[in-house]
Amino acid sequence: MNLIKKFKAPLLLVLIYLVLAILWPEISGRSAKVAIDYLREMALIIPPVFVLMGLLEVWVPKEKIKKLIGTGSGLKGFFFSFLMGTLPTGPLYIAFPMAGTLLQKGAKVSNVVIFLGAWAAIKIPQLLVEAEFLGLSFTALRFGLTLTAVIVIGFILERLIKAEELPELQAGSNIPGRTFGGSRKSRPLVN
Amino acid sequence: MTTIIVIYSLLAICLAWSLLKSRQKTKQSFKVAAMALWKMAPGLLAIVGMVGLILGILPPERITQLVGEEAGFLATATAAVLGAVTLIPALISFPLAASLLRSGATVTTIAAFITTLVMVGFVTAPMEIKALGKKFTLLRNGLSFIAALIIAGLMGVILG
Repeated sequence: MNLIKKFKAPLLLVLIYLVLAILWPEISGRSAKVAIDYLREMALIIPPVFVLMGLLEVWVPKEKIKKLIGTGSGLKGFFFSFLMGTLPTGPLYIAFPMAGTLLQKGAKVSNVVIFLGAWAAIKIPQLLVEAEFLGLSFTALRFGLTLTAVIVIGFILERLIKAEELPELQAGSNIPGRTFGGSRKSRPLVN
Repeated sequence: MTTIIVIYSLLAICLAWSLLKSRQKTKQSFKVAAMALWKMAPGLLAIVGMVGLILGILPPERITQLVGEEAGFLATATAAVLGAVTLIPALISFPLAASLLRSGATVTTIAAFITTLVMVGFVTAPMEIKALGKKFTLLRNGLSFIAALIIAGLMGVILG
């Protein structure tokens, strides 16, 4: 019963697909094809990303994240967040749990926005495709303007959001015996 | 393809390092990953379903019809909204944008579409809320939408 409740959104969608299949089989056929292609892509990308997230959670101590991209990390924190985001690592929704973990480990709100913004809009392989189809001047201009916008939005959110308004630790928060890296030798695994 | 190679190489390096340092912690990492995945699974599956549904109802040819031939603010606004609610992989969206441009859409319209497409996620908002909170999600998406319109306007002035 709980399982049905947990998966109510996907189940509802399956129902919609079934109704569509009866009423407009053309649409449902197209939709199913897209959905299956997408599922295949996700099945390849999601497991490694979640394992990386698990490694980050277990190995990288909170103080390290705080020092790297927390309050007072300054320009270094900005560049580090930006670089993490530009790694070619798949669609944006995968970055949300990652960003959540970073926030809970003491990352600055503005740096998390920059991380997400870079992840979404400023990926290097993506820029190459964009330049090929839409031209270099379009791509360069969009890159510059988007980067500016992401930085501004980051600063606005930083001002408006207080720590209490962020969600509580989610992934693996209640794992018994969890210890953070502790040793000074542990390095961040994300770069 | 590059994405997959990069992710798996990154994973292999980190995993090898982790295994060398501590087996127990590596096991724990997998546990954390499995729990997070289980938690996110409904949201991820819902995204797959929504993407299919939206692209089934609004195939690229239909999008071209909607914003291709029209010009002016309405076309740009439509493009911005379409970009915000759809979730099209970047590698498909750029050729689509190029074909829109050929069929008569303005630079402003294309810029609005691409920018909201990458920065605003309507379908993924429930997942974003779960991970980062309601206020963060609403502000980030709302401000990004406004920013996309401004970026589009500027690009139209500069390139158009």
